[in-house]
Amino acid sequence: MMKTKIYNTLLVAGITAVSLSTVSVTAAPVDETLIIDEEIEITTRAAPPEGHPLKEVISGWHYRTPETRELETDTFQNPGYLGVEQGEEIWNTAEGTEGKSCASCHGDASESMANVGATFPKWHAKMNKPVNVELQINYCRTENMGAEPYKFDKSGQKPLTAYIKNQSLGKPVELDLAAGDMQAWFDKGKETYYKRTGQLNLSCASCHEKNNGNYIRADHLSQGNVNGFPTYRLKQNKLISLHNRFRGCIRDTRAEFPAAFSDELMGLEVYVTWRGTGLSVETPAVRQ
Amino acid sequence: MSKPRIKVPKKAAAGDIISIKTLVTHQMESGQRKDKEGNVIPRKILNKFACEFNGNPVFSADIDAAISSNPFLQFSARVAESGTFKFTWTDDDGSVIEAEKTIEVS
Amino acid sequence: MNPTRRQFLTGSAIIAAGGLSTLGLPAFAAAEDVTKALADFVGDSETKTGKLTLKTPEIAENGNTVPISVSVESDMTEESYVESVMVLAEDNPLPNVITFNFTPASGKAEASTRMRLAKTQNVIAVAKMSDGTVYTDTKNIKVTIGGCGG
Repeated sequence: MMKTKIYNTLLVAGITAVSLSTVSVTAAPVDETLIIDEEIEITTRAAPPEGHPLKEVISGWHYRTPETRELETDTFQNPGYLGVEQGEEIWNTAEGTEGKSCASCHGDASESMANVGATFPKWHAKMNKPVNVELQINYCRTENMGAEPYKFDKSGQKPLTAYIKNQSLGKPVELDLAAGDMQAWFDKGKETYYKRTGQLNLSCASCHEKNNGNYIRADHLSQGNVNGFPTYRLKQNKLISLHNRFRGCIRDTRAEFPAAFSDELMGLEVYVTWRGTGLSVETPAVRQ
Repeated sequence: MSKPRIKVPKKAAAGDIISIKTLVTHQMESGQRKDKEGNVIPRKILNKFACEFNGNPVFSADIDAAISSNPFLQFSARVAESGTFKFTWTDDDGSVIEAEKTIEVS
Repeated sequence: MNPTRRQFLTGSAIIAAGGLSTLGLPAFAAAEDVTKALADFVGDSETKTGKLTLKTPEIAENGNTVPISVSVESDMTEESYVESVMVLAEDNPLPNVITFNFTPASGKAEASTRMRLAKTQNVIAVAKMSDGTVYTDTKNIKVTIGGCGG
């Protein structure tokens, strides 16, 4: 097995003498349309924003098997919606010393949160940094509800994030990089994206930019877009948060991995979200 | 635990065969996994599912540890009259999850 | 089985993951477990093919969640119906997967679920009709292993 792993590492890292172009490990992303519940058409292929390194922005949905793709077409069968429903309950449940729920201030999420999933991370002037939905929830909990902030991936964080982002299902991702210092965080995230790390000496770009469409062992590498997070992963059979996936990916390069919501990973979230500009929000997506 | 998700059409014509889908939150611990200390994590699954219509059995399933977490079941029912479907999942620990759905048959 | 370099380079995404178990244990069902489960279910009835269809993916992207469905040709009347369909996974640690029990009120002898597969293997479905006849169908499902995280 060890030998196998090494060959693949070499293949993916692109440092083997065998050029990738001479072997047929590529399988094109499938040419199909994602329509959810026969009514919501999802943009899974988009023209890249200016300065994007790829010719086309493609959702990870296209890289999955027919059975996995089908799960996402039906909100009943998609087990991620168990989390979305749980998130809806949390939205309407008062917590903390102020006796408030999310709904007390924000009312109907389908209106108040309609664009959140498509526009976060967003510049937060008071915190002087970009925040994602998880951090915004914690800000609300501590500042407005008098409740403890959620710990990473604990209690209601994933279902509530999934519920809020799901309100933007089908809307195209578009970040406001002109706000505050967003551009500086974007630049920092870009640096992280291209920095090789770990014993395998891989950067995000090694797999998701240079080798998307190829296989790493039996895994069909996608562009690594994040428009479907929190995403239901068949491997773990539960919703997986974006920062969990970031950390898992970095861990797999055999590197030390940064803390969730650290400046390093927040910069990366800004940059990687931008790479998926134009794709519809798919939360909760279904992946392998 | 969140409520079971159940999809039953609201209306049907007498004699129609309808499709029913159910999805319920459960870890379905297989009894085949080990924890970090190497101890086997004891099996805890939903081992039985039953669907009745107006008190009569329609469909049931004897479930083993190879069924995935958050078990999904899809099956059919022939409806002759309006009434209530009753769904029951039985856990290894003896507890049950119950739910009902009504259908209007014309 | 150790995949050769050639197999990788020809782009086969399918690896019979010898010894790798998504269920976390290397022990697989012994052949006698499968034989016993079948005998318990059908007794000494002769099994035939036809009428029963087991639908599975050719390749399962993750062995933890594999969609399967069974359907049996039957009018599902009080006089003639499908009593039950048992599903077995030959090379799981425990072969039993699920048994669907139908009644004439089921209307159709069709059911779907999602199952766990420890590795590439055969999945067997066996249908028992109300008149005692027995049908089987078998499908091979290839279970792939993941990327660098495995």
